[in-house]
Amino acid sequence: MYAVEVERLTKIYGKGETTVTAIADATLRVKPGELVAILGPSGSGKTTLLTSIGLINEPTHGRVIIDDTTVADEGWLPGLDLKRIRREKLGFIFQAHNLIPFLTAQENVMVALEINNLTRNNAKVRATELLNSLNLGHRLGSYPSVLSGGEAQRVAIARALANRPKVILADEPTAALDTENGKNVMNLLKKLAVENRSAILVVTHDHRMVEGFDRIFHVSDGRITNEKQRVEAGGTHGLG
Amino acid sequence: MNLALRDIRYHRGRFILTAIGLGLLIGVVISMGGIYRGLFADALAVFDSTKADIWVVQQETNGPFAENSRIPEDIKYRIQAVPGVAEASPLSFQTIQIERLGKPFRFFLIGYDPNGFGGPPEIIAGRNIRQKHYEMVVAEAMGKELGEKIHLGLNDYTVVGITGKVVSSGGDPAAYVSLADAQEIQFKKDNNAIRNDRERIAANLAGLQTLSPTQSKFLQQNITGITESTHTVNTIVARLAPGADLREVQERISRWNHFRPISAEEQTRILTKGMIEKARMQLGLFRLILLVISAVIISLIIYTSTIDKIKVIATLKLIGAQNRVIIGMILQQSLLMGVIAYAIGYVLILLTYEKFPRRIVLEAFDLQALFVIVIAICTISSFVGIRKALKVEPAEALGG
Repeated sequence: MYAVEVERLTKIYGKGETTVTAIADATLRVKPGELVAILGPSGSGKTTLLTSIGLINEPTHGRVIIDDTTVADEGWLPGLDLKRIRREKLGFIFQAHNLIPFLTAQENVMVALEINNLTRNNAKVRATELLNSLNLGHRLGSYPSVLSGGEAQRVAIARALANRPKVILADEPTAALDTENGKNVMNLLKKLAVENRSAILVVTHDHRMVEGFDRIFHVSDGRITNEKQRVEAGGTHGLG
Repeated sequence: MNLALRDIRYHRGRFILTAIGLGLLIGVVISMGGIYRGLFADALAVFDSTKADIWVVQQETNGPFAENSRIPEDIKYRIQAVPGVAEASPLSFQTIQIERLGKPFRFFLIGYDPNGFGGPPEIIAGRNIRQKHYEMVVAEAMGKELGEKIHLGLNDYTVVGITGKVVSSGGDPAAYVSLADAQEIQFKKDNNAIRNDRERIAANLAGLQTLSPTQSKFLQQNITGITESTHTVNTIVARLAPGADLREVQERISRWNHFRPISAEEQTRILTKGMIEKARMQLGLFRLILLVISAVIISLIIYTSTIDKIKVIATLKLIGAQNRVIIGMILQQSLLMGVIAYAIGYVLILLTYEKFPRRIVLEAFDLQALFVIVIAICTISSFVGIRKALKVEPAEALGG
């Protein structure tokens, strides 16, 4: 059983002669608890792949299955509540943390829980637990504007984890952080993948950040060109 | 979690300033409505206070408030004799401008028969006029004290009573004197003027060849009576006996030459439709323009605020927020802004309306209607922001 299955996924932008194939024939499978990196240069199609898995970008062709639910098969399946699936099964982490500026750290986590119909008290308890576990107990009432980059990204991770999603999609989560904070965030994701049994897909262009990842997919010109097994410090085991 | 309130809490400075600005605008709209109602109240103040059923005025005129009407005072006896008339009383009106504290000050002088009706509707200090001459009752807005003397015409008049908010249709405060005094103020000339008049009339009579010597002598001897008659009034007001037929009484008086009986209903129409119609329309148009401006401002505020929150909205959509969460956030902010701005405008006018130079009448219906209009404007204005928000793609949350 896989948390994410992508089969021959293709995304084409535009029509007629002005079409651009952002991703072509991409196939990948990620198990629960696996930490996977999608690595590639800017414009290679890695974010398009991530957003297609994240139910944001409708695939032109191919199939996407999230937690045993087929969501796309030559386009979105009709009658599917994409928002509900995003709410219940997916968690997102962004390059620029994307915390809501007028909510405190605690409220930023609570909002994801309340949107998913958790009562305010339960949401408060869960948000506090999560933020405490990420060493942000002292920042519950702080607004994003006063948090450091690393703290803000940890709050964003707490928000992504709030509804115990099956899949966490992270788009360049370390891009706005210095190396040390970036490594801390990646270590945190590794830990969470194991603890929560969530499949974590991280899009990044920074090779230094993928140490300890279970697998790496290299994307170039819209195609997955290479897949590597566990990445330990100092080397990788190539599969293709 | 109420996102609208959280956003307002975070941006409270900006929100409060915007609400104050909008509140001032709504305050102007409320005051315009109050002035509009005040125009009616002012126009009808003297008319209402007489409680007359019929106003007898000069033929082919629209009565003393609209144009010049002059009729002899003694016609009141004839009117009193008409079947169905319970009482009749003469009234005279004139606008007087005096100097007060170095500035021109206008007031509306009403002459009435102290034994008849049409005098001050209430006395809030002092007493009513008791003597035939040199006593005066003034409206509060005149700013006069009891016992104060005002020089009018050839004489001084003592303020013996203060009445409430009685003003002319032009908004000038009213003052009451006896009819005899009012006529004297209006028509009595100083000695030089009287001598001049007499000489001019005597010269005219001497030049008339058609008069016999006896007639000429008689007229010369009675010049004083001709030149000094002041027994002219602007209207005779009449009240009907219970059960009397208004139309019948009007028809009877209409048959006489030189007079026009105007019913209270007609007089109201002349005052409200004729005299203040343009001012009313202008105020109405001004209110409408201000409401449109308010609507445009609220729309712009909501739209700008939505544009500021594009990333927030995209993030909310990405984490699975339902449309109702986003619509609720925008709509609630818009409504809250409207309600708070309305409250600011209302309190502002409530605290200041008595200081306005013209009467402002705040009627509950007007205030409620404006509140509903403000809520409707806020709701409709928020559609602009909501439309924009619903078009935001979750993908906009991605990237730096």
